[in-house]
Amino acid sequence: MLSDKEKKMILDICNRLTPIAATIGADALNLFIVYPGAKTYFSHLDISPRSTHLRSHGEKIILAIVEAAQDISQLTETLATLQTLHAYTLRIDPGKFKQLFSHCLLITLACYLQDDFTEVAHAAMDKYLSAFVAVLAEKYR
Amino acid sequence: MVEWSDSERNIITSIFSSLDYDDIGPKALCRCLIVYPWTQRYFGGYGNLYNATAIKSNPLIAAHGVKVLHGLDRAVKNMDDIKATYAELSVLHSEKLHVDPDNFRLLADCLAIVIAGKMGPAFTSEIQAALQKFVAVVVNALGRQYH
Repeated sequence: MLSDKEKKMILDICNRLTPIAATIGADALNLFIVYPGAKTYFSHLDISPRSTHLRSHGEKIILAIVEAAQDISQLTETLATLQTLHAYTLRIDPGKFKQLFSHCLLITLACYLQDDFTEVAHAAMDKYLSAFVAVLAEKYR
Repeated sequence: MVEWSDSERNIITSIFSSLDYDDIGPKALCRCLIVYPWTQRYFGGYGNLYNATAIKSNPLIAAHGVKVLHGLDRAVKNMDDIKATYAELSVLHSEKLHVDPDNFRLLADCLAIVIAGKMGPAFTSEIQAALQKFVAVVVNALGRQYH
């Protein structure tokens, strides 16, 4: 359950990320160093740290998270195309979204926002990302 | 047995030797209690946990956070046998404290986030990888004696 206050906090954080989406995205995707098993899904891209592919891919992901934050009550509608893509084409193990990507994104946010990433902001973002990844995985089965 | 590279050992000892335990310990525990409120179930006797402000100004929680973080020292000093080092603590958490071992992972995640927040851009992926590996071994060791 997201309160109005939490939705506002999430939106504020997301809007701060928009101009640096590629950097944040690339940093979060450094999860490939932390969890090398995840690299198996990206054999078609150059995912070395700070590579062009990593930045552009990271930017796409962050901008999708930012877009969905504009109206969290419409998550299913906003993510419909991405749901299909992940379920039928990409088929990334959905458990990885939460364990790996969400956690690494939260770590990246802690590094960038430092003291601004308060416990309450962290809780709100964690709740939002949990909802986001759950909806993203809805079409898998 | 867990294999540690020289780099991983250096990273872990370096992180812990420069940690302010009195700051990071309370912050990690408070963050866990706030972000994952169901973990408060184990802190019934700790006074006011009503909201984030109360938790952050609760001296019993702060003291406990410091204690827990110092508990990690044992693992840092015995990286080659963390399992044996924590056998007794594992029994304590299982038999006496009745803590669901999944909670260790939640606290470990919060600790990583607090350390990341403190180090900012200096918290590289290599450091994160070493820290995550370390806490995963600790979490596993603490859950070992649950039957």
